[in-house]
Amino acid sequence: MIGAPGKARVRLGEVVVLNRVLAYLCKMLGKLTGWDDTIVALATPPGIGAIGLIRVSGPKTFGIVGGLFPAKDLREQPSHTLHVGLLKEGEETLDEVVVSLFRGPRSYTGEDVIEISCHGSPYILERVMQALLHAGARLARAGEFTQRAFLNGRLDLTQAEAVADVIAANTAASARTALHTMRGGFSRELRDLRERLISFSALIELELDFSQEDVEFADRKQLYHLISEAEQMTSALLASFRLGNVIRNGVSVAIVGKPNAGKSTLLNTLLNENRAIVSEIAGTTRDTIEEVLNIDGVLFRLIDTAGIRHHTSDVIEQIGVGRSLEKMDQADIVVYLFDVADPIAGVAAVREELVAKGKPFLLVGNKVDTAEGAAARGRFPGELLISARDGHSIDVLKQRLVDQVLQGAGAGDGTIVTNARHYHALQLIQLSLSAIRKGLDELLPGDLLALDIRHCLHYLGEITGEITTEDRLDYIFSKFCIGK
Amino acid sequence: MFPQYDVIVVGAGHAGCEAAAAAANLGSKVLLVTMNMQTIAQMSCNPAMGGIAKGQIVREIDALGGYSGIVTDKSMIQFRMLNRSKGPAMWSPRAQNDRMLFAATWREMLEQTPNVDFYQDMVNSLVIQDGKACGVVTGLGHTIHAKAVVVTSGTFLNGVIHIGEKRFGGGRVAEKAATGITEQLVSLGFESDRLKTGTPPRIDGRSLDYTKMEEQKGDEDIIGFSYLDVPKPTRQKSCWITYTNSTVHDILKTGFDRSPMYTGRIEGVGPRYCPSIEDKINRFAERERHQLFIEPEGWNTVEIYVNGFSTSLPEEVQYAALRQVPGFEQVRIFRPGYAIEYDYFPPTQLRHSLETKAIDNLFFAGQVNGTTGYEEAACQGLMAGINAHQKTRQLEPLILKRSEAYIGVLIDDLISKGTEEPYRMFTSRAEFRTLLRQDNADLRLTEMSYRLGLASQERMERTIQKKNGVDEIKNLLQSFSLEPEESLDYLVTKNSAPLTQKQRAGQVLLRPGIDLQSMSKAIPRLGEEVKTYSPDMLEQAEIQVKYDVYIEKEKDLVQKMAQLEDLLIPDNFNYDRVSSLSNEALQKFKKIKPRTLGQASRISGVNPSDVQILMVFMGR
Repeated sequence: MIGAPGKARVRLGEVVVLNRVLAYLCKMLGKLTGWDDTIVALATPPGIGAIGLIRVSGPKTFGIVGGLFPAKDLREQPSHTLHVGLLKEGEETLDEVVVSLFRGPRSYTGEDVIEISCHGSPYILERVMQALLHAGARLARAGEFTQRAFLNGRLDLTQAEAVADVIAANTAASARTALHTMRGGFSRELRDLRERLISFSALIELELDFSQEDVEFADRKQLYHLISEAEQMTSALLASFRLGNVIRNGVSVAIVGKPNAGKSTLLNTLLNENRAIVSEIAGTTRDTIEEVLNIDGVLFRLIDTAGIRHHTSDVIEQIGVGRSLEKMDQADIVVYLFDVADPIAGVAAVREELVAKGKPFLLVGNKVDTAEGAAARGRFPGELLISARDGHSIDVLKQRLVDQVLQGAGAGDGTIVTNARHYHALQLIQLSLSAIRKGLDELLPGDLLALDIRHCLHYLGEITGEITTEDRLDYIFSKFCIGK
Repeated sequence: MFPQYDVIVVGAGHAGCEAAAAAANLGSKVLLVTMNMQTIAQMSCNPAMGGIAKGQIVREIDALGGYSGIVTDKSMIQFRMLNRSKGPAMWSPRAQNDRMLFAATWREMLEQTPNVDFYQDMVNSLVIQDGKACGVVTGLGHTIHAKAVVVTSGTFLNGVIHIGEKRFGGGRVAEKAATGITEQLVSLGFESDRLKTGTPPRIDGRSLDYTKMEEQKGDEDIIGFSYLDVPKPTRQKSCWITYTNSTVHDILKTGFDRSPMYTGRIEGVGPRYCPSIEDKINRFAERERHQLFIEPEGWNTVEIYVNGFSTSLPEEVQYAALRQVPGFEQVRIFRPGYAIEYDYFPPTQLRHSLETKAIDNLFFAGQVNGTTGYEEAACQGLMAGINAHQKTRQLEPLILKRSEAYIGVLIDDLISKGTEEPYRMFTSRAEFRTLLRQDNADLRLTEMSYRLGLASQERMERTIQKKNGVDEIKNLLQSFSLEPEESLDYLVTKNSAPLTQKQRAGQVLLRPGIDLQSMSKAIPRLGEEVKTYSPDMLEQAEIQVKYDVYIEKEKDLVQKMAQLEDLLIPDNFNYDRVSSLSNEALQKFKKIKPRTLGQASRISGVNPSDVQILMVFMGR
């Protein structure tokens, strides 16, 4: 979209981006206020840990922290240095701490920042925080450090969003994908694609603007090849969105099965607590119950459901059943629990039904701890058999759940799209890619082909944050001998 | 001796002539001051107008009521519509002109324009009072007063010409350079810098062997540039193509040690896309040959312009190298090629109206703003002339948007990004290339100019007529259905699938390879319906129907972009308050003072985050 001498990095796409930025800022940060004040927050999770980190940012940072740190005059110390000393409020020693000094703009937020590493006791941390607040700092609102970093130009939009994701990330897997984006894995792949597309678009522009001269033409076959490759890449990224979303928001697992198959017991075993009411009377669970479980860094939302029975006269239970069928449809993974004493044919029918639903599922036989169960083991070769009551093979079940999730991610280290804005842009990229391919098929003239390529570049730029045409002209001038 | 003028135009090249004509036609009393009345509207470089992106500009100038299109049509010796095989946005008119006839026609048209006075003298300085330009002082010592001044100095300000080791002052070969204005403006705080451009040797056409070259003929059907009826030539002259070779390159290299380019005597930056031949063989050593275009200079002269052989090497090296070009074995040189360095004022010092930010009522247009090309100069002259007039009447300036005209793209690029090499227009610089076509400049711009009082009644009426005709044809195409039988033969000859039931003509037109002209010829019933419409209208309707999808796509983007373009930044906005801006962005914003967030976003060195920050601040 789309230039000229100089390097205008913002272009058409930024319009859309900017609107979203504003919406995003408002959503993430609440009402904007001035940032002349100095903010403080605990940077490590609350609770007992070896070390607690408190971060202070703002123009008065060095004055506020320095006032509590009598060992040295921090204002005299160079940036990016560490200092050990006692933190004191008046005569009272709060803790022995390490302070890390970062002077703006070379800091996370772009302002003066000091990070105080204290001992991890909640009491000490609380005392230090109080002292800092007394000295004139203000408690930071959620995301306010990132807001400052962003407004001070220390983070680009993708990075800021990734930081927001990290903050929101409850689990290790989620943090991994968020960190991947932050380090630029996601943008790198797209940037690479964008660059290759730019060189092509440069060739096509060359063909257009210098058609009267002795220049080579853009090889349509190569472009076709590039487009196919790009299409594969975007579909993979688009497909990863569901998984990415799942990782961020948790994988919902519906535990279903006939009444009294032991669903609630399984839930309790998985959670190690008595969350659901367990009884011997079939149909005890009348409502769905949701619990959150972290297995190997993947967040699962477990949904216990009322047992599925085909005929029930109890009205309350009927409602419960309807809800569980609905939950089953909404879940990402279905765990179907059957009683190992159940008839083989019935279980086979259930399997067929689940396959037909096309949803990832685990078929799990329960109650191997009972006498009947022990006897029935051999009837289900290949099925996962557990005991919800005594925890037999529960670890295997957990592992299978994690495997189910990561299957979709390929190697597990691949780029996963978690961001709705990126997802939307990727959809538009895919549309423009197919328009380019269609244009190539129909032997569309170069300028119209270029229009679709410009669109594609524009949407890519919405993600990577770079939209310019000057680089296209630079490419032309560096590569080709043109001009009369 | 001199009356009080409304507008004084300094310089009578393409920019100056358009500026004088526009201001005068709007009703200003104009004085055109030139150093030489014999060289009004000189084509200093090649004798051609238009070309890709440039042809679109000439049509825009014409649609706005400028003269360049008419002059080009009247003086052309060859016409070609370039890029016919591509989409309609790429179709670009180009004319080869009779150099002398071109200049004579311009002078004649200016002389016939009421309100234009002429004076031959050099302007040495401007009269500036209270930060406002109000006249000029000439070399002969006259002070002439006006309400506004337009400077179109081309390559003349402190111009220095280089041929090999020879170096002398001049604005064009055999013409004096102009002095004084740069020094005065710099003392007033203007920034100035040096640019370089060059030109190839002119040779004796009688000494060439054309049998060794490829002929390049003009189009059979001359479309021309003007939307008015201008008589077109009944015959045309051909151009010729030949190539350099490694022997030519080797000879040229023997002169490198005396080349002003490589010995550091030239400081100015030259255009990358208009490189000298020595630059081409130096930077692209792997190329075994370079194309040369042999362009006749007019109807009644044997002089030939060797396009593609721009050089400032010593004359004897130019001569020896040319002799090795096929067809040039006996060549005789009329005038050697040379390079010229000149002053320009980085255009970020201008407003969108082309008025300088530092001094009110002072306007710059053309090469003085760092551009290259007749078309680029002419369109700036036109806009500066219009806006100088507007300013003297306290009226709003005419500012074209990037989505409205190449002229809008050009001026916005100059003002927002500046330029460090001579700026030339390319279609790839326009975001909205599909909208900015050569066939619709009248529909885009004429009404705007008419409302201002520049485009004539006749021009406006023709535009309305065209628009109505096009609408009627489009309606017809949507209601008129083709029968399978009557269209069978036609579709077969076009390798297109026969119709199985009747289908609307507009629908059939969307098929690849189908065009309205051949369709209405092959299907008499349709031909009968459209026969009253001009080819111009038919073509316009066809383009609008056939490329509707693409045109709509671009309009969507225009809409999106308009959001940023419509966010005005107050003139007195205090950027220093925004401490979070990057240092580079802060400096640029303070210097350029963008009018809108859209413009701010296009400034070089400005990051998306700078614009976001600005937006957040403005929202508060």
